[in-house]
Amino acid sequence: MLELRNVDAYYGNIQALKGINLEVREGEIITLIGANGAGKSTTLMSISGIVPPRNGQVLYKGEPIHNVAPDKIVAMGICQVPEGRHIFPQLTVQENLDMGAFLRSDKRGIQKDLDYVFSLFPILDERRHQAGGNLSGGEQQMLAMSRALMARPDLLLLDEPSMGLAPLIIRQIFEIIKKINDENNTTIFLVEQNANQALHIADRGYVIENGSITISDDADKLLANQDVQKAYLGG
Amino acid sequence: MEYFIELLFSGLTRGAIYALIALGYTMVYGIIGLINFAHGEIYMIGAFTAFIVSTVLSILGFPLLAIIVLAGLAAAVWSSAYGYTVEKLAYKPLRHAPRLSPLISAIGMSIFLQNYVLLAQTSDFQPFPELIPEFDFMEPFVHIVGSSDMVILVVTTLMMVGLTLLIKFTRIGKAMRATSQDRKMAMLVGINVDRVISATFIVGSALAAVGGLLIASHIGQINFFIGFIAGIKAFTAAVLGGIGSIPGAVLGGVILGLTESFATGYVSSDYEDVFAFSLLVLILIFKPSGLLGKAEIQKV
Repeated sequence: MLELRNVDAYYGNIQALKGINLEVREGEIITLIGANGAGKSTTLMSISGIVPPRNGQVLYKGEPIHNVAPDKIVAMGICQVPEGRHIFPQLTVQENLDMGAFLRSDKRGIQKDLDYVFSLFPILDERRHQAGGNLSGGEQQMLAMSRALMARPDLLLLDEPSMGLAPLIIRQIFEIIKKINDENNTTIFLVEQNANQALHIADRGYVIENGSITISDDADKLLANQDVQKAYLGG
Repeated sequence: MEYFIELLFSGLTRGAIYALIALGYTMVYGIIGLINFAHGEIYMIGAFTAFIVSTVLSILGFPLLAIIVLAGLAAAVWSSAYGYTVEKLAYKPLRHAPRLSPLISAIGMSIFLQNYVLLAQTSDFQPFPELIPEFDFMEPFVHIVGSSDMVILVVTTLMMVGLTLLIKFTRIGKAMRATSQDRKMAMLVGINVDRVISATFIVGSALAAVGGLLIASHIGQINFFIGFIAGIKAFTAAVLGGIGSIPGAVLGGVILGLTESFATGYVSSDYEDVFAFSLLVLILIFKPSGLLGKAEIQKV
């Protein structure tokens, strides 16, 4: 469904990605794990077109998208929940969700998806008319994910959804990710520092170090891998 | 007391025009964080467009109302085209450059447009036709507030209400709000940010053009330099109200207009600019974010 071939990305003169190769198949949960600054977020930003690759190719459903504008990429069905959630602070919860459906005009479908995200996260329904900036961290993460779902994506990119959240909330978020994958067959590309949780729900995983993929394998094999355990699983 | 009311209305009229121009500054700043110093020139070009169109139409014998409406529309469209083009030529290529670069580019654009109109129209003041008639029903109040003051107040109020509705309820308005709050995220929900920026320049320019038409007809003459001083005043109004804040621009414009009017009336017209810019200095010392602005948090 999505394929990165030898992708290089730069911030100014600093090379953040060095020849990334990876593949996401339809219906999968893929996770990309790695330390701070390894290039996890940059990989997602390259896919979304915010940091276009300087070299290499990004193919989505067989079509090259590495020169496509970010809004067109969203229109093609790839949605990202960026690190730090990026809620529109002065828009209400409802308006934030409306923004998620910005490119859609099927009122009925939008309403259906709205009901769906409220069923996933009932708290958002209660907070509907509050400003997004006033929500707690966990609620903002729920809102960010719901906003992305409102675009009805085929491929959902999640950047560190567990960051800065309490363990109980983290577990809830991961359960919902699994549920979204199961119920809608939404393909999920999950970037995480919380390798343990991520590998437990993922089908396959990649490990990124200094801008290059060093290991790729099935998730349960990565969990058992000694190097991965030592570096990312605390033991 | 009558004198006070007279000054009050003349201050409100000025303030309304400042506010109309200030909206362009504040909207552009809100979206791309740039002070568009060429905005005063867009206003001046609006006034000239209205001047040319209304002169031609009055020679052709069009009725007054038709002349005002057509001249206003022409000015709005033509100024918008300038605003759009200026952004594409001078700011868009510098989108990822350090903040100072587009600012200098804006000053360059302002000087360019001034001199271009100077060459095309000479430096002489051109007499602007009086487009707004003296209404009969305004007769009893004419010593306090003139017909053209009244028209200016009504038209600017309508434009501001229109702008508020646009921003609050339309698709492009929502996209503008989202882009000004978080540009990267706006891209990630599928907003074409370039288009939103263009729309912002177009709307701001159209407002300034209408301001140009109204004030030129009120004062009765224009030349290539009117955009500079009006631009600086409107910029002051925008900063006073809190740059980036739309109600702030309106409030700042009105306060500035009233200050100037009362300074002129009770002190001397020579001190009009002194009071206006003292106000700017005071606000920058005591509340740098402006009356309704939010302090910007610099992330390092």
